[in-house]
Amino acid sequence: MSTSIDYLALAVQFMVAAGFVVTTMVATHLIGPKRKTADKLENFECGIESKGNARIPFSIKYFLIAILFVMFDVEVIFMYPWAVNFRELGQIGFMEMLFFTGTLLLGFLYILKKGALKWH
Amino acid sequence: MSLYLFLTLAILTIISALAVVFSKNPMYSVLWLIVCFFTIAGHYVLLNAQFLAIVHLIVYAGAIMVLFLFVVMLLNLNADTEPHKSNLSKIASAIAAGLFFVVLIASIRATALGEFNLPNKTNIGFVEEVGKKLFTDFLLPFEISSVLFLSAMIGSVLLAKKEKK
Repeated sequence: MSTSIDYLALAVQFMVAAGFVVTTMVATHLIGPKRKTADKLENFECGIESKGNARIPFSIKYFLIAILFVMFDVEVIFMYPWAVNFRELGQIGFMEMLFFTGTLLLGFLYILKKGALKWH
Repeated sequence: MSLYLFLTLAILTIISALAVVFSKNPMYSVLWLIVCFFTIAGHYVLLNAQFLAIVHLIVYAGAIMVLFLFVVMLLNLNADTEPHKSNLSKIASAIAAGLFFVVLIASIRATALGEFNLPNKTNIGFVEEVGKKLFTDFLLPFEISSVLFLSAMIGSVLLAKKEKK
């Protein structure tokens, strides 16, 4: 059993990680030499002169992949309390999870059959 | 100690939530919302709801925010396509929001605040306890949620995939 104060170590680690990133970014910005010329500040796009800006609508396929990822992400979340209690729940718990993942497997087969993950 | 932690987290939450609303760039709004979600996960840990905190980090800060970013990118955000509201609609929305504010203040004044004792030392938020409840008492809703996922998958594929003719 853990209490919320046990999570303080996690918070400290979080702060160290974020602090390292921020310190490195600020330090490189301050220490590094800067020679700003028009050519260097140009947006690099494989040597081709860039046209317009980055704000163009992009393919719905990225969104589909992301939304399918969310489903399986939530599925994995349900596995966490199950895995913690795996021994106590025993065979019945295993069957319950099998039914749950079986239904999601049906969905996955549907996605594969429909070719939703294919990138034409 | 716990109080100072809570106060720090609460201030950070409010600042990041305000930054979400006041950012001009929708991308910055989404990034501030991630900060907001992280601080709310901290609140969950303080309230002894560890499972909820982890779900909040993995699902909301991890996956849902990707969806938010994608939705922002799917929109056409060029400045010239931004619709300009007419003065009439500005006045109408100001009046509507003001009336709603008055109603809110009136209802808050009318309700009597009852006593609320925070149940300290509950263990229900721990992952073990949540798991025991979920796989015994709340088994049926859990299994039904898998059907919900199935229908969500089929729905998203149907909506986003172009049918071959």
